[in-house]
Amino acid sequence: MVDDTRIMLTGGHLVDPTNSVNGPADLLIVGGRVAAVGRDLPIDPGTTVIEVPRHGVVCPGFIDMHVHLREPGDEHKETVATGVAAAVAGGFTAVACMPNTTPVNDHAGVTRLIRGKAADVGLARVYPVGAATKGRDGEQLAEIGELHAAGCVAISDDGRPIANALLMRRALEYASMFDMPVIDHCEDRSLAGDGVAHEGYHATMLGLRGLPAAAEEIIAGRDVGLSGLTGSPVHLAHLSSRGSIRAVRDGKTRGVRVSCEVTPHHLTLTDDRLAGYDTNYKMNPPLREAADLDTLLDAVRDGTIDCIATDHAPHHYDEKHAEFDSAPFGVIGLETAVSVCLDRLVHPGHVTLVRLVELMSTNPASILRVPGGTLGVGVPADITVLAPELSVTVDSSAFKSLARNTPFDGWRLRGGVTATIVGGRVVYANAAAKGAEPFTNAM
Amino acid sequence: MPPIADVLTPDGLAAPVGLRTKDLLSIGDLLPEEIYLILDTAEAMKEVGTRSIKKVPALRGRTVVNLFFEASTRTRTSFEVAQKRLSADTINIAASGSSVVKGETLADTVRNLEAMAPDIIVVRHQSAGAGHLVARLCRARVINAGDGMHEHPTQALLDALTIRERKGTIKGLKVSIIGDLLHSRVLRSNVQLLQVLGADVSVCGPATMMLPDMARLGVRATTSIDEAVEGADVVMLLRIQLERMSGYFFPSLREYFQLFGMTPERLRRAKPDAIIMHPGPMNRGVEIASDVADGPYSVILEQVANGVAVRMAVLYLLADELQS
Amino acid sequence: MPVVMAADQVARSITRIAHEVVERHRTLDNLALIGIRTRGVPIARRLAAGLHDIAGTTVPTGVLDITLYRDDLMRHAVGPQPVLRKTDIDFSIDDRRILLVDDVLYTGRTIRAALDALIDFGRPGAIELAVLVDRGHRELPIKADYVGKNVPTSLSESVQVRLAEVEGLDEVVIKDASDS
Ligand SMILES: [Zn+2]
Ligand SMILES: [Zn+2]
Repeated sequence: MVDDTRIMLTGGHLVDPTNSVNGPADLLIVGGRVAAVGRDLPIDPGTTVIEVPRHGVVCPGFIDMHVHLREPGDEHKETVATGVAAAVAGGFTAVACMPNTTPVNDHAGVTRLIRGKAADVGLARVYPVGAATKGRDGEQLAEIGELHAAGCVAISDDGRPIANALLMRRALEYASMFDMPVIDHCEDRSLAGDGVAHEGYHATMLGLRGLPAAAEEIIAGRDVGLSGLTGSPVHLAHLSSRGSIRAVRDGKTRGVRVSCEVTPHHLTLTDDRLAGYDTNYKMNPPLREAADLDTLLDAVRDGTIDCIATDHAPHHYDEKHAEFDSAPFGVIGLETAVSVCLDRLVHPGHVTLVRLVELMSTNPASILRVPGGTLGVGVPADITVLAPELSVTVDSSAFKSLARNTPFDGWRLRGGVTATIVGGRVVYANAAAKGAEPFTNAM
Repeated sequence: MPPIADVLTPDGLAAPVGLRTKDLLSIGDLLPEEIYLILDTAEAMKEVGTRSIKKVPALRGRTVVNLFFEASTRTRTSFEVAQKRLSADTINIAASGSSVVKGETLADTVRNLEAMAPDIIVVRHQSAGAGHLVARLCRARVINAGDGMHEHPTQALLDALTIRERKGTIKGLKVSIIGDLLHSRVLRSNVQLLQVLGADVSVCGPATMMLPDMARLGVRATTSIDEAVEGADVVMLLRIQLERMSGYFFPSLREYFQLFGMTPERLRRAKPDAIIMHPGPMNRGVEIASDVADGPYSVILEQVANGVAVRMAVLYLLADELQS
Repeated sequence: MPVVMAADQVARSITRIAHEVVERHRTLDNLALIGIRTRGVPIARRLAAGLHDIAGTTVPTGVLDITLYRDDLMRHAVGPQPVLRKTDIDFSIDDRRILLVDDVLYTGRTIRAALDALIDFGRPGAIELAVLVDRGHRELPIKADYVGKNVPTSLSESVQVRLAEVEGLDEVVIKDASDS
């Protein structure tokens, strides 16, 4: 049976960098795929018409290429079902989930389990990232070919770096046979030691053991070197320090196949937030200094940074409600990223909407070599509808995620999500977006 | 007869000065006038310790819990003596790692304590910020008695009281703090307090034990002990935590003493009336030679006596009725 | 704001109390004065000077801060603790006749606290009380042995003693609480 469901999105502003579209346009979906894009498209009988609210922006679906869904093993923190519900509520049509589950996603069985759960839920697309080494132990390559065949789109030992440079080299070479990038968590653990916060004035005064920026930069520099050596693509996760950006910039200038991502929290928060020992500011890499944040913003503007990814890291309340040095690293981000980026990047003029779509849709799709990132005719209709003028107050108690560990709770932000469409199906619609008062800055 | 101005405030009884904060977690939370209030109150408290009956009823019927996750006979005893002199009911809880093994979190422990409705909780913990967590979880007032590498505010206050007694003032004094700077909560509290009180602070230790971003602290740092001691009014030595020494910070205790140990010869560079302080417990022959520790410059025992007075002052000033 | 005692009356009252003290004691050798902070202290010093003028004896004078003995500590819902100042009694009070000195006698609670405090210092032979003003409204069975002036007041009024050592002039005024 042919699916011929027809949906028309009308009245929106369409942004599709891959087709150089940036203006008012309607979009017709037929059978789950984009069928037409253009101004004042004719509406055939039997078409469901969705009117995009005033100021609404229709974009290719946002892809968060770095999340932790915690299943299997830590279902008290998050599950595939709650994670993807959070994703679509945050405007993401797809997520790539890291392999540090229990058991580790280092064999096809785990990959298939995650994909099966995701298929059952049927909200967002879930792309598992396989482990680079068996058990993420950094000693022996995982069965990367089999992981690829089972549906993994990249490999990574995230949570840890691939510490051994020779093994990193081999992982890059081996993964390139399957056209998969290696995603590295840049941290020299021998230098980072048992640090818990960015090594600098604030950690010093608070008596918190330091995580020096150099621990990140050493591995970032090494990875750029190894990518250059092997010619294989490397993707550096959640960069936070200005030295790492220098390494990436230098690599890109030399033609090295390096890409990188940054999180919304590293683009908005600095280490002075640590003063009250709130563990919702504890993550790895840590919040760094104003000079780092400025460099990250520059790099987002000039294209050195390819993607914005949340590193969504759910933790249970009890685990985060602990002494700062014993609480786990990580914050959640799926349900705040779009609002934070619209409010802190687009509205102040750091990036255009077009650039935001590249950072959150087009570039992640091309780095992971997955569908999406475009609204060309014929592609699956994965669409994020933004409400850039919507007034949003972050309320962690209303999150779809099981976790509440956000540093943005209570923030009042300008910009949100109107709807999330995956394969032509509306999987999330924000009641608040329809007919909502436009944002007035009362802060 | 002392000048009458000393014994009277212009507006008479009960000048309305108190602590704004619910808790004493960090020196940085105190305004300069609050620091002076604590020191002045501590001076008055010292007199109680000279009486034949060293006990006043000020905190009668109040419950104070000493919650110590880290063994510290010295600090706990000092707090306990202070509490007894103020007639408070004292409960000592020595929480070990074993409750963590059993799965009880710090939050659980504090919630259980809160059910006993203590008025004040004195916390010593190996993690920086543990006092902040306890304070967020309970209505009781919290006194930080040392949290990891963060702070030890009552130690800094007793040091300031000792210096002020000996020197009359702290303003303009040259104070050199020497030893394991990196891991020292005493240093962090003292640097802030002494700077507020107008001292000229310099620090000295091995390059491996310097604090990152020292310049922003507004102190001079040197690795030369002779330079640090030169012209000092106060030499404060910090304890080397032997259990922390894995050979990463300096090669041996012997070499540490050679480079950074305080000896009578080195002390000659200080002012003739310089005083030597140490928060204790001392490692004789490591950071301090015995003839310095026991010598005429040493005010280490006065520090102990002042510790009780400062803790009485802090307990008394924090003991306002909790607002419900 | 009625002035109930002017400077000359304050001075005469203290002198009169000094005479009464001399009359009542066969010898001043065993007497000591203890002023209760704050305004009891200068009054005790003036009294000591008066005793010296009359009898030629230097009577030891101490300073007592009763803050730590107050029964209203922690009973006020908001606001800071009273400021604690030093107690300074550099003589033994054992078996001495102690003359406590304060400015105003009101509920008696301050004197109760002072008695508690004194007893922690030792075992006096006897304790007497001298006040510049007795305004009545006792809540405890306490009575002054020497009174400068009895000033009947209502509960809504407050009696303020001002002394040259503190405010630059001697006078006693009554203020109605509703004035302020
Ligand atoms: Zn990571
Ligand atoms: Zn991660």
